[in-house]
Amino acid sequence: MAILEISGLTKHFEVDPGLLGRVLSGKHKQTIKAVDGVSFEMQPGEILGIAGESGCGKSTTCLLISKLHEPTGGTIRFKGKDIAEFDREALRNYRRAVQLIFQDPYESLNPRFTTFDLVAEGPRALGVWDREETARRVIETLELVGLKPDEYKDRYPHQMSGGERQRVGIACALVLEPELVIADEPLSMLDVSIRAGILDLIRDLSHRLNFTCIYVSHDLSILSNISERLLVMYLGMAMEIGPTDRLIRNPQHPYAKALVEAVPVPDPRYKRPIPAIKGEIARPIDPPPGCRFASRCPQVMDACRQDPPPAMREVEPGHFAACHLLEFPAAEGATV
Amino acid sequence: MLLDIQDLKVHYATNQGVVKAVDGVTLSIGENEVVGIAGESGCGKTTLIKSLLRLLPGTAAVSADRLAFRGRDLQGLSDREFRKQILWNEISLVPQSAMNSLDPVYRVGEQVVEAIRAHVETPRRQARERVAHLFDVVGLQASLMDNYPHEFSGGMRQRAMIAMALALEPSLIIMDEPTTGLDVLVQERIIRKLLEIRREIKSSILLITHDISVIAEMSDRIGIMYAGRLMELASATDLFEQTHHPYTLGLKNAFPSIKALDRELISIPGSPPNLIGTLAGCAFEGRCPFAVSACASERPAETEVGPSHRVACHRLGDVETMRIQASEKSTWQSSKSAA
Amino acid sequence: MNRARSTAVPASENVLSKALRGFGGALRNQGRIIGASGLGRIGAVIILFFGVIAILAPWLALHDPWETLRDASNKVAIMRPPSWDYPLGTTTLGRDILSQMIYATRATMIIGLISGVVSIAIGANIGLMAGYYGGKLDEVLMRFTDIIYGMPFLPFIIVLISLFGRSQWFVVLAIVVIIWRTSARVVRAQTLALKQRQFVSAAKARGCSNLRIIYRHIMPNILPLLLLYTAFNIAWSIIAEAGASFLGFGDPDQLTWGGMLYDLWISGKSRVAWWWFAAPSIAIVLLVSALVFVSRAYEEVANPRLRQR
Repeated sequence: MAILEISGLTKHFEVDPGLLGRVLSGKHKQTIKAVDGVSFEMQPGEILGIAGESGCGKSTTCLLISKLHEPTGGTIRFKGKDIAEFDREALRNYRRAVQLIFQDPYESLNPRFTTFDLVAEGPRALGVWDREETARRVIETLELVGLKPDEYKDRYPHQMSGGERQRVGIACALVLEPELVIADEPLSMLDVSIRAGILDLIRDLSHRLNFTCIYVSHDLSILSNISERLLVMYLGMAMEIGPTDRLIRNPQHPYAKALVEAVPVPDPRYKRPIPAIKGEIARPIDPPPGCRFASRCPQVMDACRQDPPPAMREVEPGHFAACHLLEFPAAEGATV
Repeated sequence: MLLDIQDLKVHYATNQGVVKAVDGVTLSIGENEVVGIAGESGCGKTTLIKSLLRLLPGTAAVSADRLAFRGRDLQGLSDREFRKQILWNEISLVPQSAMNSLDPVYRVGEQVVEAIRAHVETPRRQARERVAHLFDVVGLQASLMDNYPHEFSGGMRQRAMIAMALALEPSLIIMDEPTTGLDVLVQERIIRKLLEIRREIKSSILLITHDISVIAEMSDRIGIMYAGRLMELASATDLFEQTHHPYTLGLKNAFPSIKALDRELISIPGSPPNLIGTLAGCAFEGRCPFAVSACASERPAETEVGPSHRVACHRLGDVETMRIQASEKSTWQSSKSAA
Repeated sequence: MNRARSTAVPASENVLSKALRGFGGALRNQGRIIGASGLGRIGAVIILFFGVIAILAPWLALHDPWETLRDASNKVAIMRPPSWDYPLGTTTLGRDILSQMIYATRATMIIGLISGVVSIAIGANIGLMAGYYGGKLDEVLMRFTDIIYGMPFLPFIIVLISLFGRSQWFVVLAIVVIIWRTSARVVRAQTLALKQRQFVSAAKARGCSNLRIIYRHIMPNILPLLLLYTAFNIAWSIIAEAGASFLGFGDPDQLTWGGMLYDLWISGKSRVAWWWFAAPSIAIVLLVSALVFVSRAYEEVANPRLRQR
C-alpha cells in the first residue's frame, strides 16, 4: 500500500492590498498559486527527489506534507488516512512519523540548546519516553549520524561546523524513528567536500532504518545521485515524474529536457547545449490559463495556451509527463 | 602580463592571534584570459580579491613580494591614487550576492550612471547612453534602466551588476561567486553571456567560486585554494585530466555529475585547519590520506609538473598511485573524524 | 575552532542538585556578562553596595530613624549639619539622616525590585503571546496596551489613595501599570522576528506545542533583552517612586529616598539643609546610573555589534 498519496494538492496565497491599497496604488487582489494541483504517490522505503527551480513550489509542498502549512485544496493521505482530519492524538502520531531535515544548518538549530537538548527536544515534546530512555536514544542517534556522543552532546551550535550541525539536524529528525523523512535541500549550504558524506549518510540511514524519503533540491546532479524516482515541478505544477535514470536519460517534458541539458558538468571539455527555452521564469502570481510552461516552451502549440493544463500521461512504465505533445507524437518539433 | 601577484599574504590581527587568511599566493593573469580560483568556504579566495581591490578592513595586513598591474607596482600607490586610477577603470568587481548589492530605492540605470560618474567626468546624458549600451551587451532591454531593483529577477540583477562592472572598460573583471544562488537555467544564460562578452571586449576575468562545474566551463586556467594557499594551478584541461594534488582529486570525487550517474561520491572527512597561528607543514595534511611525516613539518614548495602547471605537494612522485587510490572510497575513510 | 570541554553528566544525579547547578551556572553567566563590560562592573559594584546596606539595615543603622535624638547637652538635635555624631546630619525633627538613609535604601530597593520584576513579567508574557499567536489575540493585547498608554501615573495613584487610603503598594501598582507597556512592545517585536526563524519551524515539526515553543525555544533567545529591560525597569521604578513620594503620594509610614525629599520639602528648609537634600538625591542618581550601566552590559550581549573588538 502506498505510504503517501498526494492528490490535487493546492496552496494558494491571497494577496489583498485592501480597499485603500487598491485605491492608492491600483493594485488588485492577487492569488499566488504556489502549489496548484500536484498529485503523486510514494511506496514505503523509496527515495523520491523533487526537482525544480525557485518558485516551483517544491518547498511549499514539503511544508504542506509536514503539516507546517495547511493546504487550500487537495488531499494528503498518510497510510490511507486523510491528514486534514486528524484529531490531536492522530496529529501527535503524525508529527512523530513525519520529520523534516532543513536546509540551513545555521538557522535550524536553536542557538541556546546543546546538542543533547536539541536531539532530545522531539521526544520530550511528544512525551514518548521517560528520561532514561530518552537519554539512551539520543546517544544512540548521535552515534548513528557519526557524532561521538561524549564529544558532541554538550556542544552548542556555534561550536560546530556546518557539516556537524547538519548531522545534528538529521539526528533530531531521526531520533523519533520517523516513517517519512522530508529533506529540503540539506546540502546546499554545506561545503562541497563534505556534501557527499552527508548524502551517503541520508541514503544509508534510509535503507537501514527503513524510512521513506522525499529529497527536495534544485540541483539535478545531487538528485541524480540519491533519488530513485524523480518529480519535476514548475510554477506549482508537476511536469514529469519517473524513475531517476529513465527521466534523466530520456526526459519527455520540454522543461525537464531543458533542465537536464542545462546541468553543468565538472569537465572543461563539456559545453552545455544552448537551451531552447526562452524568457525568464515567471512568478506563480495569477498565472494565465493553460500549461504553465507555455510562455517559454520551444514547442508550444495553441492548445498549450488555451486548453487546461495537460494531465499526466504514461510514457513508459512508471514514467509520466504532463505535456500536450505526448498526444501527438508526430507533432514533436512543430513550432507555432 | 596583466596582473602579477607574488607571495601575497593577508594577515588579520585578532584577540585570539594572527589569522592568516591568505598565506603566500603567487599567481599571474595574462591579457584576455579567464582565471578561476576554486575553493571552499574559508579558503581565502574572497579575502584574496578584496586585498587586490583594497576592500579589506583596517585590521588586515597585506603584503606581497610583488603586486603589479601591467608592470606598474600597485603597492606603492596611495589609496587615493588606487581609487582614481585602478579601481573600476582597470580592475572592477562583481561582488558576491551581487543581486543584493543594488540599492532598493534607486532605479537600476541610475545606479550604474552614478557608478560611472563617480570615476569619470561625464555629462549625464552620455553616461546614460553608455549604460543603455551596456544593458544591451549584457542582454537586458535598455528600457529596464528606469525600473527598480525589486522589479528585476535575480538573474537580471546579476546582469545589471555585470554591466556596472563593465562600465569603464576595465582590463580585468573580478567576479565573486557570480552564479551562486541562481537557478541553473539562469546560470547557464549568464555564463554564456559572459563568455560572449569576453570574446568581444577582450577583458580578462578572475573568477572565484566553490562550484567546480562553473569554473570548468568558464576558465582557461584554474587555481585550487585551501586554507589560504594555492594547492594546484593549471590550465583547465590539465587540472581535470592531469590532476596532481590530493585535494583536487578529493574535490573531483566529491562533485556529483549528471553524466556519471553511477559514480560513487566520496567526501573528504575532517574540516579545514584553524587559520590562526603558523601552520608548519602542508595545510591539507590533516585531511590528506596520502600524508607522510614530511607533510606535517615542512610546507611543500610549488613544483612545475607541466607547462604552467604548478602543484604544492610532497608526494608528487607517487601521483599515479595517488590518482588510482583517490578514486576508492576506502582511501578517504581511514583515520579522520566526521565532517 | 575551540572545542568545548565535555562535561559528562552522571545518570544518577538527582533533580535538586542539577537544578542548583543550573542556577549557579546561570548566576555565573550573569556575572560573566556584566563583568565583561567596564561600565557593567562599576554598576554591579554600586548595586551590590546598596544591596548590602538594604539587607543589613537593622544592624548598620546607629539610631532608630524615627527617633528624635538629643545630643550630649540634652538639646534636641534639630537641623544639625553633618558631624561625627550625625554623619549625614539631622532633620527638623532631630532624626538621624544616615539611619534614615539606611532604612530607606531597603524600602526603595524593594519597591524598585518588585515593580521592575513584576512589570517585566507582565510585559514579557503579553509580548510573547501577542507576537507568537498574532491575529486576534495580538490585536486585543496591543489595543489593551495602547489604552494603558493613556493612563496617567499620578492621577492614578491619587485615585487609588482617595479610594483606599495610602500604601506603598499603590505606588508599586501604579508603577507596574505604567512600565510594562514598553517591554511588551519590544518583546513582541523580537518574538515576531524570532518566530520566523527556522529553528522555530523545526521545533514545530518535532512536535512541540505552541506554549513549549514560546517558553522553551523563543524565550531563551530574548533573555538578554529581558534582562536589559529588567534593569531598565527597576531604574525607572526607582525614579517614579521617588517622584511620587516627593510629591506626597507615597506612604508616610514607609521611609524611602523620595519620601525623605518630601519631608525636606514640607519642612520648608530645603534651601538651608543641603545635607538633607544631598544624601537621598545622590543615592538616587547613583543607583539609577548603576542600573543603567548594568543594562548596558546586557545591551552588548543582545546586540553583539556594540561589543568592542
